[in-house]
Amino acid sequence: MIRLVDVSKEFKTKDTKIKAADRINLEIKDGEIFGIIGFSGAGKSTLVRCINLLERPTEGKVYLDDLELTSASKKELLKARRNIGMIFQQFNLLEQKSVIENICYPLLISGVRKKEALTRARQMLELVELTEKENSYPSQLSGGQKQRVAIARALATNPKYLLCDEATSALDPLTTRNILELLETINKKLGVTIVVITHELKVVEQICDRVAVMSNGKIEEEGKVEEIFLSPKSETGRKLVLPDSNSGAAPTRDYLRIVFDGQSSFEPVFANLISELGIKLNILGANTEDIGGKAYGQLLIERPDESNVKKVRDYLDKTKVSFEEVFVSKEVISA
Amino acid sequence: MNIKIINLLITGIGETFYMVVASTVISYILGIPLGVLVYATDKNGICQNSFVNRIVGLVINLVRSVPFLILLVAILPFTRAIVGTTIGSSASVVPLVVAATPFVARMVEASLKEVNHGVVEAAQAMGSTGWQIISKVLVPEAKPSLLVGMTIAFTTILGYSAMAGFVGGGGLGAIAVNYGYYRYQTKVMLITVALLVLIVQIFQEGGLKLASYIDKRIKR
Repeated sequence: MIRLVDVSKEFKTKDTKIKAADRINLEIKDGEIFGIIGFSGAGKSTLVRCINLLERPTEGKVYLDDLELTSASKKELLKARRNIGMIFQQFNLLEQKSVIENICYPLLISGVRKKEALTRARQMLELVELTEKENSYPSQLSGGQKQRVAIARALATNPKYLLCDEATSALDPLTTRNILELLETINKKLGVTIVVITHELKVVEQICDRVAVMSNGKIEEEGKVEEIFLSPKSETGRKLVLPDSNSGAAPTRDYLRIVFDGQSSFEPVFANLISELGIKLNILGANTEDIGGKAYGQLLIERPDESNVKKVRDYLDKTKVSFEEVFVSKEVISA
Repeated sequence: MNIKIINLLITGIGETFYMVVASTVISYILGIPLGVLVYATDKNGICQNSFVNRIVGLVINLVRSVPFLILLVAILPFTRAIVGTTIGSSASVVPLVVAATPFVARMVEASLKEVNHGVVEAAQAMGSTGWQIISKVLVPEAKPSLLVGMTIAFTTILGYSAMAGFVGGGGLGAIAVNYGYYRYQTKVMLITVALLVLIVQIFQEGGLKLASYIDKRIKR
């Protein structure tokens, strides 16, 4: 379990103080995939660095299981860090070392013999499906392959936790999906607790169990991904989930937001709705994705007149499809 | 040209090599730790210590600002204490090392600064100690750049060694001064200069080639 208690981190520049993390309280349970989402500059990266003390919090306490890291000795801290793997947006591989040497590094520095380190490193390469790249150098790999090596390296010492700092932000959508699938496998198979920092809703949707929405160094809301996706309460949460009204992409009329959060993508939900109710509905926007046979995303339809709205509401309730009614006057009735 | 001069030049080449190689090696043995120290104690370094950083930085700058010829003469008692004499090739090595070490330290510092900070951060996240980061991450990652620095240091020391010829040091520099300058044998002077140019050329090219050969960042 990772526990942050009243953690604050302040950066001092010449004439101002910036609070990158402001009295953060978090509890990340063993075995879950926890997301921290927010726009750039929200303080996510600082927060995740407070977990392994790459950034020492100016106030507050950080616990890893029963150990208070913030008051641990240097030796204890180094040992604890070997139990927390970390991957980065820019991969941060050792450029002058081959793939296998990169994966051996954390093992060798923790005193594992060279021969055993090699065996272990080869197992890790198998896990990330890059066996044939053993003797390649990072410069010869694609972004996705580099991140796989970084994952293998981070997991080589068999850590209980894995911190991912924007791990997929430098990758294309397909590679992102593959890396996320790999992270999910690692979570399920090896039982590694994963903390994911991202600015992409897609990432949270696809793999996280719980999520915290962060803005200006504060956590605005926290909860199960479905809950936040369905009815975001904080301003940042709404901005992340709802179409952006500033970019002109948001509907100007009242609408219904039908949310797909992992039900089967084989079911023609919208077609059924129209054919069963026999009413004409106008699609204002849609943003859906099929991830491994499950549907994620949302469908915006223009709000029909009162009597029909009731029919739609009843139908969606009956078929257990989540939705909310959005009035452009910004008043929201959650379903 | 008589055989005597040719023998003289061959000995000169040998002495120059001896002085320059010995000085480069020794100044690297001293300069790498010094450069690492300056890098590591710098602001946001891996073991930040502004006091040590400032003192070492000051000493480096101080020695670097003294003109080589002045330094050469100023440390004569020190040279005598170490090698027992102030003339000849071995005696030149001492002032060459004193002058080159701070220079090498700055070159090393610059090379280490080129290493991507993210890699250092990743190493820290994996639980590396400060020493492990220096020996297993920073220095190996900076190797190509360190090698380029070394070729620059080598040619600089070669230039200094020729200057040492003025005050009793050995090597090609001494020949150029003694025969070319004092005895007006322009031909001998030109030949020694040509030889020096050749040596610089060979080492500069060789060093850069080697640096790019060992650099794994370059796709091949």
